[in-house]
Amino acid sequence: MPTLARPSLITLAEIRDLLKAQVFCGEDLSVKVQEVGAADLMSDVLALSKPGMLLLTGLVTAQVIRTAVITDLSGVVFVRGKTPGDPIIALARESKVPVLGTQLTMFEAAGLLYGAIFGNR
Amino acid sequence: MAPEEFESVYDVTGRDFTNAGRASTGIKDVLKRLGVNPAIVRRVAIAAYEAEMNVVMYATRGRMRLKVSPEAVTIEVVDSGPGIEDISLAMQEGYSTATPEMREMGFGAGMGLPNIKRNADEFHITSEVACGTRLFIRVKQAA
Repeated sequence: MPTLARPSLITLAEIRDLLKAQVFCGEDLSVKVQEVGAADLMSDVLALSKPGMLLLTGLVTAQVIRTAVITDLSGVVFVRGKTPGDPIIALARESKVPVLGTQLTMFEAAGLLYGAIFGNR
Repeated sequence: MAPEEFESVYDVTGRDFTNAGRASTGIKDVLKRLGVNPAIVRRVAIAAYEAEMNVVMYATRGRMRLKVSPEAVTIEVVDSGPGIEDISLAMQEGYSTATPEMREMGFGAGMGLPNIKRNADEFHITSEVACGTRLFIRVKQAA
């Protein structure tokens, strides 16, 4: 097994630029991220996530935001151009969870972020 | 460590997916305000949220009771609903009776009860078919 390079921190603002993402809410994009998880199953996020993780997901429900709050995630990126409705954005804003959206697929978004964090950019 | 005793109650309505998670995020806010250690807060919040989702998905209604003492945080969830026929089966990871609607919400993978147990220092569950389920968890605060 090759040893992974030391991960570097990347800000939400850099992630926005890298994924050409739209910011649905999130005033402070200087938050630094070191870990990213990709999941559509919130049960997996509840079981496996770590505090500060950024979540990539194709699931667009209020439960994604509530799961992010419960597990102390640094933010949520909706992939494949999925757009959250106003109630979801309002909940995210109220809960202070930054929410971005990208046209990229989960695979593309995860690959770009992996490269950025592990220095293969 | 929270210096004071605290207790609060949260009502949860079955099938109300709009508000699902509100009780648990409320519990999390309270614990943070009380100054409970963030790692403990996270464990309790995850267990509470899984339990709340179970009430929303399966039961008619439920009540969550949070108690905080300097020694531990406890949550008791009592619901009225179909109950669980075979608890040992329900405790197996991957076993689920979830509907497609529940799976579309990102739940119902048969991981809820095992995850609640994993986050708790004490875990008790009893259930009566066609009546309801009672779940109790305790997470220690003191070393």
